[in-house]
Amino acid sequence: MESEQLYSRGYSRTGYSSYNSITSASSDEELLDGAGTTMDFHTTEDDNLLDGDAASSPGSNYVMSNGGASSSTHLLDFLEEPIPGVGTYDDFHTIDWVREKCKDRERHRKINSKKKESAWEFSKSLYDAWSGWLVVTLTGLASGALAGLIDIAADWLNDLKEGVCLSAMWFNHEQCCWTSNETTFAERDKCPQWKSWAELILGQAEGPGSYIMNYFMYIYWALSFAFLAVCLVKVFAPYACGSGIPEIKTILSGFIIRGYLGKWTLLIKTITLVLAVASGLSLGKEGPLVHVACCCGNIFSYLFPKYSKNEAKKREVLSAASAAGVSVAFGAPIGGVLFSLEEVSYYFPLKTLWRSFFAALVAAFVLRSINPFGNSRLVLFYVEYHTPWYLFELLPFILLGVFGGLWGAFFIRANIAWCRRRKSTRFGKYPVLEVILVAAITAVVAFPNPYTRQNTSELIKELFTDCGPLESSQLCQYRSQMNGSKTFTETPNRPAGPGVYAAMWQLCLALIFKIIITIFTFGLKVPSGLFIPSMAIGAIAGRIVGIAMEQLAYYHHDWFLFKEWCEVGADCITPGLYAMVGAAACLGGVTRMTVSLVVIVFELTGGLEYIVPLMAAVMTSKWVGDAFGREGIYESHIRLNGYPFLDAKEEFTHTTLAREVMRPRRSDPPLAVLTQDDLSVAELQAVINETSYNGFPVIVSKESQRLVGFALRRDITIAVENARRKQEGIVLTSRVYFTQHAPTLPADSPRPLKLRSILDMSPFTVTDHTPMEIVVDIFRKLGLRQCLVTHNGRLLGIITKKDILRHMAQMANQDPESIMFN
Amino acid sequence: MSSWKGSGLSVLAFIPILFLLEAVVFAESKNFEDVRCKCICPPYRNMTGHIFKRNVSQKDCNCLHVVEPMPVPGHDVEAYCLLCECKYEERSSNTIKVTIIIYLCVVGALLVYMLFLLLLDPLIRKRDRYTQRLQDQEEEAEVATPSTLMDVSGSTMLERVEGAQQRWKKQVQEQRKTVFDRHKMLS
Repeated sequence: MESEQLYSRGYSRTGYSSYNSITSASSDEELLDGAGTTMDFHTTEDDNLLDGDAASSPGSNYVMSNGGASSSTHLLDFLEEPIPGVGTYDDFHTIDWVREKCKDRERHRKINSKKKESAWEFSKSLYDAWSGWLVVTLTGLASGALAGLIDIAADWLNDLKEGVCLSAMWFNHEQCCWTSNETTFAERDKCPQWKSWAELILGQAEGPGSYIMNYFMYIYWALSFAFLAVCLVKVFAPYACGSGIPEIKTILSGFIIRGYLGKWTLLIKTITLVLAVASGLSLGKEGPLVHVACCCGNIFSYLFPKYSKNEAKKREVLSAASAAGVSVAFGAPIGGVLFSLEEVSYYFPLKTLWRSFFAALVAAFVLRSINPFGNSRLVLFYVEYHTPWYLFELLPFILLGVFGGLWGAFFIRANIAWCRRRKSTRFGKYPVLEVILVAAITAVVAFPNPYTRQNTSELIKELFTDCGPLESSQLCQYRSQMNGSKTFTETPNRPAGPGVYAAMWQLCLALIFKIIITIFTFGLKVPSGLFIPSMAIGAIAGRIVGIAMEQLAYYHHDWFLFKEWCEVGADCITPGLYAMVGAAACLGGVTRMTVSLVVIVFELTGGLEYIVPLMAAVMTSKWVGDAFGREGIYESHIRLNGYPFLDAKEEFTHTTLAREVMRPRRSDPPLAVLTQDDLSVAELQAVINETSYNGFPVIVSKESQRLVGFALRRDITIAVENARRKQEGIVLTSRVYFTQHAPTLPADSPRPLKLRSILDMSPFTVTDHTPMEIVVDIFRKLGLRQCLVTHNGRLLGIITKKDILRHMAQMANQDPESIMFN
Repeated sequence: MSSWKGSGLSVLAFIPILFLLEAVVFAESKNFEDVRCKCICPPYRNMTGHIFKRNVSQKDCNCLHVVEPMPVPGHDVEAYCLLCECKYEERSSNTIKVTIIIYLCVVGALLVYMLFLLLLDPLIRKRDRYTQRLQDQEEEAEVATPSTLMDVSGSTMLERVEGAQQRWKKQVQEQRKTVFDRHKMLS
């Protein structure tokens, strides 16, 4: 057998007798290589060499199930001190979860074993154990404080568009009239301290002149805020734009974007978020708050070596941080934790659940003690009702769910089409102009309609609030109330007055305007969240349906349905509840969240009795939305940008095999590999320079193609550079070896370079006949970066995460080249 | 990376300081004007609705204490007060004041820095460019340091700051290219 000969010849060079090893071949080896051909017999030898290694390194219980040999990872190589930089990642690269988790376990073991040596080591181990809780506490504190800052500043800046508080510049409209006794029942926000711009400039509060002046000032401020926001983003931190949730999802799934969670991004996002919200654009602060919280988490994790040096551990902190972000955005700590679990996180062990809960709690507590709205609540649109709902009302709730699903599907399609246009055509070259244009259109159209002029959060609050005797808004101008009859509290279902009809018209116009403008707003180069505009659209639609139902019940109270439930004098229909259900349905249609959304909304209302309506509406909206396209807005944006995100929710149902997906393909040049002991430094550098791969399998020899391990490009580069600077006698002709002992070399040859410490000796391998379903599952569940494909133990090719994503795109009839990055 | 950490730590101080400030302000903020009891009374008989605000303690926050010129005769007071809703509210005007001032200061500083970067910096650079280029050539000739390892061996504090700023600028430049020019991300 020729190959056998070649093989043993190659081995005699290393100076080991090949007979020893056959005798010591362990039994499970034989089990694995069932057929046990002659060649396989020989190959147990190098496995055995590895075995020897593993035995020499204590505490290695990290056994790969399919590696064949119980090989230790390179991290257990105590003989050499680690080279700085090895084990880190480049920008836009995918992390290897398995490697990171293994690294962390090793570090933990080291600390544990040293614990009993001295008091100092013991306190160090305590600190290490507590650092997880510390970092989430700090993150919670910081995100709560920043959310308070954003809330207060955004409210103030938003009211600056209308006027200014003369007695104290820093108060917004409501705070300005805090103690004023001049406020009346009908006009609750009027007080002499608050001056509109027309009053200040023209000296008159009423009349067409002042209206035009106010209009002009409104547009002026809106444009300047928008311009300032986009300029700051462009000059200081381009990563601060957008909502950030698609990117955070990608980062949490194991992708590196350097600077995305950095300090400048945090600063600029916080500052410009306030400006963007205040500029009146149809956007919210909730999504960006998640990004802000994640920035805090990332920055604080630099204080703790446990988290700063390990990308997988860092992602646990980020999961907790995103929970804290939603917690402060909606005042819903439990909803935040569920949001992190359902929508954002990729790897979510129980420990992270508790930490997320704690972070959310701390953040909510801090925000509550800052009390940004002066109503002892965490959000502006907190409502409390206790009116019951009736079974027949489920029908309109489900209809609202259908509307939410339709709106979600329509919004996703339209927004993605618009963003694709921005991405691929020349139109994307003018981001500043685009922001200015959208802000100008928004301001010009929004001002005349009182429902679009006001802050979106306030609009949602007004729509959620039910009409009681205490309300004086236009929405509550029912006819009986104007009669001033004494018994109006007992007849809640009333005929609508002219105010309600006028409000209906304005709400319909506001709905159309919001639907159109939100499509063009989401994706602008300013921080922009989607929750608030979606909720506003749903709330408007819900309120309209609610009032329609109410009037139906009033005029047709003899209908079977209404007769059954709406007894005379009973409060039967609550339009505010419809608004809330509509808001949940629309948000569900856009994001396709279910559990977390229902929990967030019921934490907003503090009433448990509305869970069934909310669940019905949210589930319907998800079903309807899924009928038109399975992806939520965040997944769609991830796909649009081509981030390497392997969705755990999607199923892979095709029957392809690993050999069809692996590289190299049949027409490609052969796989770039390294041999374990017969390359020189120059050859190694040539391989690295000629290819652009991120890692290279290391094999025994070109002839046998037996796999030894896997070395990453970055690690090789750093290690070689490091060796050439620090070790003497390493020249271009030096031999590079990955084995435990140096190969025997001629006496006059230069000193060889040992690179064993950077070699991953437990790479994942599958055989070429493994179905892709299983491969995809392995990638998803273990978070692999690459996987080697073997045939009868010989290395055939490699499958990377990118190959899988491309393959999935191809199977779904999409352009596989849309998957970018590595 | 290590240099990033070094400069990162200084900014890390920003958030705790902010939080501390808010906490301190909150602690001393029980201002006289910062509590109110607000009673909203709906229209009653042929009277319009009214809003009453008074500065009373939480336990006194009810219609009888707050609605001061009682608009109805004695025997109607009970019926009138049943309709009113009183809410005790607290705020911290100092927190608001400090937050707004901090916010405006940060925006102002960023604005000035942005103008400096956009207008003044190119002018200074242009004048220095010739000497800079000479220096660069000399440095390149002396040491061919690998680009991946960022050496922060600036002798003075100023040089180190300058170096950090240059690196940061390069990073932002790279981000800008990714986001605005190539549209690889965030579009």
